[in-house]
Amino acid sequence: MRVETLAHEIDIDGWRAAARRLRLAGVAPENARFRVAGSGQGGLLDQIEETPVEAAPAPAFAVPKAFLDLAGEVILHRSADRFDLMYRLLWRLRDEPNLMRITTDRDVADALERAKNVSRASHKMKAFVRFRRIEDQAGEAWVAWFEPAHRVLEKTAGFFVRRFATMRWSILTPDGSAMWDGESLAFGPPATRDMAPDGDAVEDYWKTYYASTFNPARLKTKTMQGEMPKRYWKNLPEASLIPELTALSAVRTTTMVEAAPTPVNARLARAVAPDARVSGSVDDVVAATLPELDRAIQGCRRCPLWRDATQGVCGEGPRQAKLMVVGEQPGDQEDLAGKPFVGPAGQVFNAALEDAGIDRADVYVTNAVKHFKHEPRGKRRLHKTPNAGEVTACRWWLDQERRLVKPKVILALGGTAGLGVLGRKPAVTRERGQPIALEDGATGLITVHPSYLLRLPDEAGRVRERAAFVEDLKAVRRLL
Amino acid sequence: MAQLDLRRKLSILADAAKYDASCASSGTSKRSSADGKGLGSTEGMGICHAYTPDGRCVSLLKILLTNFCVYDCAYCINRVSSNVERARFSVEEVVKLTLDFYRRNYIEGLFLSSGIIRSGDYTMEQLVRVARSLREDHQFRGYIHLKLIPEADPLLVEEAGLYADRLSANIELPRDEAIRRLAPQKDPGVIKKAMGQVRLKVEAARPGKKDRAKPPKFAPAGQSTQLIVGADGAPDTEIMARSASLYGGYGLKRVYYSAFSPIPDSSAILPVSRPPLMREHRLYQADWLMRFYGFSAPEIGQSATDGMLDLAIDPKLAWALNSREQFPVDVNSAPREMLLRVPGLGVKSVNRMIQVRRWKALRLEDVGRLTRSVDKIRPFITALDWTPGGLTDAVDLRQRIAPERPPEQLSLF
Ligand code: SF4
Ligand code: SF4
Repeated sequence: MRVETLAHEIDIDGWRAAARRLRLAGVAPENARFRVAGSGQGGLLDQIEETPVEAAPAPAFAVPKAFLDLAGEVILHRSADRFDLMYRLLWRLRDEPNLMRITTDRDVADALERAKNVSRASHKMKAFVRFRRIEDQAGEAWVAWFEPAHRVLEKTAGFFVRRFATMRWSILTPDGSAMWDGESLAFGPPATRDMAPDGDAVEDYWKTYYASTFNPARLKTKTMQGEMPKRYWKNLPEASLIPELTALSAVRTTTMVEAAPTPVNARLARAVAPDARVSGSVDDVVAATLPELDRAIQGCRRCPLWRDATQGVCGEGPRQAKLMVVGEQPGDQEDLAGKPFVGPAGQVFNAALEDAGIDRADVYVTNAVKHFKHEPRGKRRLHKTPNAGEVTACRWWLDQERRLVKPKVILALGGTAGLGVLGRKPAVTRERGQPIALEDGATGLITVHPSYLLRLPDEAGRVRERAAFVEDLKAVRRLL
Repeated sequence: MAQLDLRRKLSILADAAKYDASCASSGTSKRSSADGKGLGSTEGMGICHAYTPDGRCVSLLKILLTNFCVYDCAYCINRVSSNVERARFSVEEVVKLTLDFYRRNYIEGLFLSSGIIRSGDYTMEQLVRVARSLREDHQFRGYIHLKLIPEADPLLVEEAGLYADRLSANIELPRDEAIRRLAPQKDPGVIKKAMGQVRLKVEAARPGKKDRAKPPKFAPAGQSTQLIVGADGAPDTEIMARSASLYGGYGLKRVYYSAFSPIPDSSAILPVSRPPLMREHRLYQADWLMRFYGFSAPEIGQSATDGMLDLAIDPKLAWALNSREQFPVDVNSAPREMLLRVPGLGVKSVNRMIQVRRWKALRLEDVGRLTRSVDKIRPFITALDWTPGGLTDAVDLRQRIAPERPPEQLSLF
């Protein structure tokens, strides 16, 4: 039996050196023991202890970093056999170099579980330390008494430094204490509860808050105890309220459920804000101005597309525009911004317009369908093409835009826009670029939708198609 | 009016705020006061500083600035027609309470909301004043969640996003028709527009590859919303569809579901009954399936009856029992997406399985060590030494995995 002595309970450097000596000397796990100086836990073993012969500087022994990291956590666990578990893993690592990756292995799983408990203890320390204010010669200072589930004081102290760097504080625990003076962190000996202050004036406010934020109609004490285990309660000022809050919750809920409705408060008549929506349908509005049209579109229910969209997107541009450009529907960005042609396809369109020598400020741009049809897919929305019924329903608004703006030329971008403008589905490739006489006296033209240019897979195709698109726009300009 | 003492106000205004389920304090930018200035830190993972007996986490000081309100939302304790006691904090009082609580390590920060007083603009401005004072006068580096008043001026929203980690506007009711009926002063269109605006700003503040200068911060922890379950008659499938649409449209970090809970002095037009906690729980599970397990709302809805999820079993098991043709799945070769669909396998277990199987073939025992219980999983997988045979298609599989018992009650009634 070889016994190695560590300086203290979380002496990771001492353990590493000792474990390395044992490993190189070929001491099997069942013959190795670790004890902590002064703990007396060795019992009989203390007597057979042999002072380890200082081994000659040993050749480097490579272990995966994952093991060292894990050992650094596991040593903080309060279990007495943690050193043995760590040594067993080290022992096996030579023949099983991938051992740390096999998290289904009994020893690895055990070590991971203990590391998880340590990490949880550290997290709970961040959560459950409660500072109390004191005043000393140097002014205000903060002291907490805390009993961590594992030996996580040193591991966790940095968190309090980062958070409370401008306060002077100490955290006292049975394992040791941590002190921050505003500049440096120091660790001291174990402390006792009576060394910490026993109250703080703000605690009453905190308890008031705790009691008021509790909803008695949803008692779930198991969940509470799972997250805030009872072992922590004695040092949490608010925990003293738990028995009473729990006991009274059923009565309080029953009282609420059974209470007869009271007469409405007189303030209602005096103070209530006006309703958000005018009642009645706007579906049949015939607008006299473009702003009026926009308002009506916001309330439109002519087809179901309004439901999942953010807002209706009305056309935009000068009332007297000679050119009206009609797209398919607002896209994701247009739906959020409430403006047509601001998304990726809109940018392609704007650039092409400029190349064709048309000033965007002179153009009235709109869409055949005013609400964004889409399908949610995780954090995105996928565009869906509106069907003929939706386009037809929405012609009610497009026709009004045409009536109010009276453009000389209407350019439809793609088949859906063509349907909205012509009332029939055009064959875009065949009819592209050919002037069509429209009933209201305007000239209609059809070209592709700019999103088509975005979707083309190869660069050469994009360049060619874009050039053709600009040519279409130039032809439009000549008609104006 | 008699002056209320601060503790009484705190009690009224915490009580008035508690029906908002959100208490998250995670996912914001990293900050600390280690530079010797200010107070506080945020490190990515939020911290729950306490739990109340309702099982909810206390992470933030969640209060209203005031519970006076000129709106009359039937489901709300603060509606103008209710007879609850009213109170109002001053900006300074909220700032002081936040700092006092924070220094004692009670909280991660502040979640401030308010009833609508005077106008949306005025109310939003008051909320912004609190956040501005904390950040600028006190260099507060902790977490701030501000309620977004949808009707407020976009410029105020912009300022709010400068100080707050998170913004939220609650849509509350899954059906627009119900909003009109139960919250007549609210316009779902306005709420959606406000959320759309926030999404555009959050995205604009994310530094792109090309930007050299960092754009100004805007709500680094994003936005969230809440839906009340059980007040407006909307079935689960409709709630899930609404959630999917909100997640997709506004890049929400979270949709919270809040079982409609009896309130003191409740309105006569709503059912006063015990909150449907189990239903709320199943909706949260469905929500997780949508966000982390690759399920779509309609897929989860397949196993619903009249639009309602099964209360007795979790939605993933319900889906799997309905989709047996996709099972069993070989744990040694199946792709990640398919492993995620196995009932009883969580994201962590799946990740570990994928890691381990690169080094050794998994046996049933290994699967058992990576999960809590192998019984539920067994019928849906094959492993090196295990095949479920006819078990996967057994008619009584549901009975075997989840023996019929009265639906688990999550409360002590
Ligand atoms: S898409 Fe057109 S018809 Fe359909 S709801 Fe919107 S505005 Fe009305
Ligand atoms: S606006 Fe409606 S939900 Fe908000 S506090 Fe007022 S009554 Fe309650």
